[in-house]
Amino acid sequence: MNGRIVHIASNTFREAVRDRVLYNLIAFCLLLSAAAILVGQISIDIEKLVVINLGLTAVSLFGIVIAIFIGIGLVSKEIEKRTLYTVLSRPVRRWEFIVGKFFGLAGTLVVNTFFMAIGVFAALLYVAHHFHKPDAWILVALYFIVLQFLIICALALLFSSFSSPLLSAVFAFSLFVIGSFAEDLRGFAGMAHGLSRWLATGAAYLVPNFSALNVIGSVAHEHPVAGPLIFYNTAYALTYAAVALCGAVLIFEHRDLK
Amino acid sequence: MMTASRRTTTVASLLLVGCMLAAVILLRRVDQMRTTATLDEVLYITSPKALKRLSLGYEGLVAEIYWTRAVQYFGTKHYQHTQHYDLLATLLEITTALDPQLLVAYQFGANFLAPPPPHGAGMPEKAIQLMEYGIRNNPNDWHLYYDLGFIYYMDKRDYAGAVGAFERGSRVPGAHPFMKVLAAQMAQHAGELQTARMLWLTTYQTTQDKQIRANAVAHLRALQVDEDVATLQRAVTRYGEKTAHLPPSFSAMVAAGVLSRIPIDPDGHTYKLMPNGLVVVRMPDDFPFIEKGLPPDYQPPPLPKLPVSD
Repeated sequence: MNGRIVHIASNTFREAVRDRVLYNLIAFCLLLSAAAILVGQISIDIEKLVVINLGLTAVSLFGIVIAIFIGIGLVSKEIEKRTLYTVLSRPVRRWEFIVGKFFGLAGTLVVNTFFMAIGVFAALLYVAHHFHKPDAWILVALYFIVLQFLIICALALLFSSFSSPLLSAVFAFSLFVIGSFAEDLRGFAGMAHGLSRWLATGAAYLVPNFSALNVIGSVAHEHPVAGPLIFYNTAYALTYAAVALCGAVLIFEHRDLK
Repeated sequence: MMTASRRTTTVASLLLVGCMLAAVILLRRVDQMRTTATLDEVLYITSPKALKRLSLGYEGLVAEIYWTRAVQYFGTKHYQHTQHYDLLATLLEITTALDPQLLVAYQFGANFLAPPPPHGAGMPEKAIQLMEYGIRNNPNDWHLYYDLGFIYYMDKRDYAGAVGAFERGSRVPGAHPFMKVLAAQMAQHAGELQTARMLWLTTYQTTQDKQIRANAVAHLRALQVDEDVATLQRAVTRYGEKTAHLPPSFSAMVAAGVLSRIPIDPDGHTYKLMPNGLVVVRMPDDFPFIEKGLPPDYQPPPLPKLPVSD
C-alpha cells in the first residue's frame, strides 16, 4: 500500500478516536456485564446463549452504526471544513483519499471489534467458567461481522461521495436492512415470472447479502462453520466492498469540488 | 461568594435530582391507579414469521428475549394461581420458530404447558405439538422423544402414544439404552405406579439440570407418599371389616394384624389418621405433587416447595 494511503488511513483512525468513537466500548461492557449477571436470574438455562447472541449482535449493531455515521461524514466533513482542498493540493490523488479513508474507518472498526471480542470472551468465561473447543467458532462469527463492516464502510463512502450526510445515512441503513432480507429477495425471485423474476433476481444480486455473513445463531449452538463458507464469504465481502469502493472513487474522481 | 456559574451548576443539579425523584413518585402513583393494567397480557406481534423478518438476522437474541418472556409469564401466572395461560403457547411457538435449536424451550416449555393447573397450563395437546416441532427440527436428540413420551404418559394418559414416542427415541443413534426398556415396560405395565417411578427415576438420572432433578425428586417423593397412603387406606378398610369400627390409631392397626409396621413418609414423619379413617400427610406443603393423603380443605402455597436435588 502506498505511503499516502497509509497516512490518510492513520489520520482517519486518529480522528475517529479523537471523536470518542471508542466510548461505545463502555456501553458495550455495561450491556454485557448486566446481561451476564441478570439473565441467570430471570430466565432458564440460556446464560451462555445470551452472552454469545447478545455479545455478537451488539458487536455487529454497534459497528454498523459507527460505520454508517462515521462513513457518511468522511468526505462531506472534509469538504465542509475545507480541509479536503488542503489535502488534494498536495500530491495526493482523489482515489488515494477515498481508499485511505476506507482503510482508516475499517481499521477503527477492527480495533473496536477486537476490544469487544475480548469483552464477549470475558463474559463467556464468567457465565460458563471455562471455554469449550466449539467456542472458537465465535471467532469466525466475529470475522464475518468484520466482513460486514467492510461492505458497510465502502457503501457509506460511496453514498458520501455524492450525497448529503443525511441521505447517505438513509441509503446505507436501507441497504443494510434490504441486505438482511437478501435470502427472501432471492426466494421471491424464484417464485416470480417474466420481468418481475429478472428484476427481483437483479435486485437480489445487486444488494449486499448480509444474511450469509450472519452465523451468530449457528455458533451460539456450537455448530461449526464450513471452511468453504469462510473462503467464499471472504471473497464475496472483499469483492463487494471493492465494487462499492470503485464506485466511490469513480464518482469522487469526476465530482466538481469547486 | 458563589460565582454565577457555580450557582447555576448547584441549582441545575438540585433541580435534576429533585425532578427525577418527583418523576419516580408520580410514576408510582400512576401505577397505583392502573392496577389492572397488565402489560404482559399484550402480544403485539403474534406471527413468528413476521418477527423473524423484523429481527434482521438476529433471531437468536430475539428468541432468547421471547423465551425469557415465556418464563416470566409462566412464573407470574403460576404464582397468581391462575387457571388461564392464554399467551404461553404463542410465546413458546414464537421462541422456537425464531430458534428451532433452543432445546431448553421445548423441554421446559412442554413442562409448563402439559401439567394440569396449578402446576402447569393444562394444555397437553399444545405441549405435544411443541415437542413434535422440536423433534422435526432436532431429530437426533433423544431427550425430546423421552419428554414427548413422558407427556403422553403423565398428562395425556395415552399409553400407546408414550410407547410410540419411546420407541422412536430408542432408534436415535446414541439414545439412552433405557429408552428401549421404557418402551417395553410401558407396553406391558402402563398405568402402574412402578412405571411412573421408573420414568421419574430416568428423568433424574439423565439430566444435569438442578431444577429438573429437583422436580423429579419431588415427584418420586410424591409417588412414595401416594403408595404409602393407598396401602394405609387399604389397611384401614381391612381393620373396619375385621372389627366393625374405624381404627383409633396406626398402633391399633398393627396390633390387629392389618399392618406390619407404622409407615413413615419420605421425610421421616408418621402419617396422620383422621377420626373418619382418612389417612393424610402431616406436612402437605413438603409434597407438592401428591394425589393422595391431602388434608381436607388444604390450600397449596403459591409456589411448590421443591426439595434440593443434589
